[in-house]
Amino acid sequence: MSEDGGTNGMTYLALKGIQKRFAGGTVAVQDFNLEATAGEFVSFLGPSGCGKTTTLRMIAGFERPTAGRISIDGKDITDQPPNKRNVGMVFQSYALFPNMTIADNIGFGLRVRKRPSDQIKQRVGELLELVNLPDKGSRYPYQLSGGQQQRIALARALAYEPTILLLDEPLSALDAKIRVALRLEIRQIQRRLGITTVYVTHDQEEALSLSDRVVVMSEGRIEQVGTPFEIYNFPTTPFVASFVGTLSLVPGQVVDAAAGALTIGGQPIRIARKFEGARDRAVTLALRPEMVSLGTGAAGMNNVTGKVTDVSFLGSIVRIRVALGGDGAVIALDEFNEPTLELPTVDSTITINFPADGPLVLDAAAPVESVEALISEV
Amino acid sequence: MTGSVDRLHNELDELTRLTPHVRRDRPTRTIIGSWFLLLISIAYFALPLVGTLLFSLRDPGFAAYRDTLKDPQLYKTLGYSFLIAIITVIVSIVLLVPTAFWVRLRLPRLRPVVEFITLLPFVIPPIVLVYGLLTTFSKPPLALTGSSLGSDVLLVCAYVVLSFPYMYRSIDAGLRVIDIRTLTEACQSLGAGWVTIMWRVILPNLRVSILSGAFLTLAVVVGEFTIANFLARPMFATYLQLISGNLAYEPAAVALISFGITWAAMGVIALLGRGRREKINVAGAH
Repeated sequence: MSEDGGTNGMTYLALKGIQKRFAGGTVAVQDFNLEATAGEFVSFLGPSGCGKTTTLRMIAGFERPTAGRISIDGKDITDQPPNKRNVGMVFQSYALFPNMTIADNIGFGLRVRKRPSDQIKQRVGELLELVNLPDKGSRYPYQLSGGQQQRIALARALAYEPTILLLDEPLSALDAKIRVALRLEIRQIQRRLGITTVYVTHDQEEALSLSDRVVVMSEGRIEQVGTPFEIYNFPTTPFVASFVGTLSLVPGQVVDAAAGALTIGGQPIRIARKFEGARDRAVTLALRPEMVSLGTGAAGMNNVTGKVTDVSFLGSIVRIRVALGGDGAVIALDEFNEPTLELPTVDSTITINFPADGPLVLDAAAPVESVEALISEV
Repeated sequence: MTGSVDRLHNELDELTRLTPHVRRDRPTRTIIGSWFLLLISIAYFALPLVGTLLFSLRDPGFAAYRDTLKDPQLYKTLGYSFLIAIITVIVSIVLLVPTAFWVRLRLPRLRPVVEFITLLPFVIPPIVLVYGLLTTFSKPPLALTGSSLGSDVLLVCAYVVLSFPYMYRSIDAGLRVIDIRTLTEACQSLGAGWVTIMWRVILPNLRVSILSGAFLTLAVVVGEFTIANFLARPMFATYLQLISGNLAYEPAAVALISFGITWAAMGVIALLGRGRREKINVAGAH
């Protein structure tokens, strides 16, 4: 990966030194640098107000950057109005034109470009096939479900073969089942067409499952750019570590830093990662649920005992929370939801285990700085 | 002690016995009240019409209606009034649709100011407006009252101002229903310029609102007297006033005819706007 978060391929979309300061002085985006290759699927992931939508709107041309340049395929588009950029945009609220039929909605961009009517008709038919709604051309938007409307919005955005496809939280208004189905469909269509795509979401599952690369943002800045695997397994900032995935933060105490010995909930454990600190110094351990298993582990594994406080069914997995002692040390662990799974009951005492290289040790006094240093060693 | 408990039980029994009656009585009273109010309202609106109708029929054999419908001045003034009203509506749409659209899209902070300006015709009487127009436009360099066309221009301008509260508020209400920001951005991302956005997307989605505003404007303009009289224009209201001074039953007949025309116009608007509201509401509300 390049310094600007680009991959090794030819850069297609480039955002260099982008900053957006609104009239009231609020800085929505700053020092934003990103390069995306042709056909790449990039997601902007972050909490509300992190600047991800503002950045997308700057690519679309609805907002003008206060500083920095945006280019597509080597052509600077920073000063171009939105209707001259030839980008396709899908909105959270679908934004289909209520006064037009579905076919007219899809053909709108082509009619604006003054394409012949037979060509428009043919293209509209192709796109209706593409989004699996071939018989809906004569309907009006209000006659379709939310999921169908969003597929039409996608077809409309793709009709005139835009240079880039921008999607602004397109699945947020849909229910969970349709969301999952439609995100698979979006990814399949994107792969089939090979169109460079920027996708804005606050849903980490969506970003991780869809993207070639994920841009994690916080307070207008890029926190980390990487593949979903890198973002999840090797977060480079405390924010990314805590925002992406579930993390148990467990208070502990140093016993012997050189030997990697600690206690959590009064029980001894060993950590393979390097950390510093005098005896009895308070630290925080960060542990992903999938690193923890039920029962006593093999040799070299850390085994701790605690009381089950909660058992939650999350569909394919079951999340179990175990309190280790009275100092607030709670570890969450995930088990696959199999019919043979014997689940512990709440308030029962169980043993759980995790590997020595599983947890990250955060300095309780200054967790933000320490996690950054520790994670970078991974 | 026992006595007070018994008394309490008796009171509770009495309350339980009365409760169903109270519950039954309440809706009955409400229904009677509603019907009473409805009948009063109908009487308030219908009695003058019935009175006018009966008065107009005193001339035997529908003579008032026959004479009125024979009078070429009726058609001339009605035609002129409708022409002025239609021009007023067109000018109002051209002026107010882009204004309301732009205020909602780009200048939301100006909305209270624009709303205040559009409500001024309710505060400033037409006599003040026409006096100002006559003072300003009856002498060079803008002596518009000197010619018939100039007076017509002044009349339309005055009526456009008078229609502000009706047209602007109708259009603004229509814009509130549709998500114009997202629709505009969707149009832009698809390559459309401002003219296409207005003509192909915004205006069609405001059809019902514009028609409502247009109807109100039509009614106001056709019935307006003060400005037309001061500018000496042959409007329907000045014709009605003229025949009222000279004839007995005909003005009543003319009033009822104009009432019928107004209801016909309302029916046309209702027909044109039928089935549109639902489409606009559903798709724009997010």
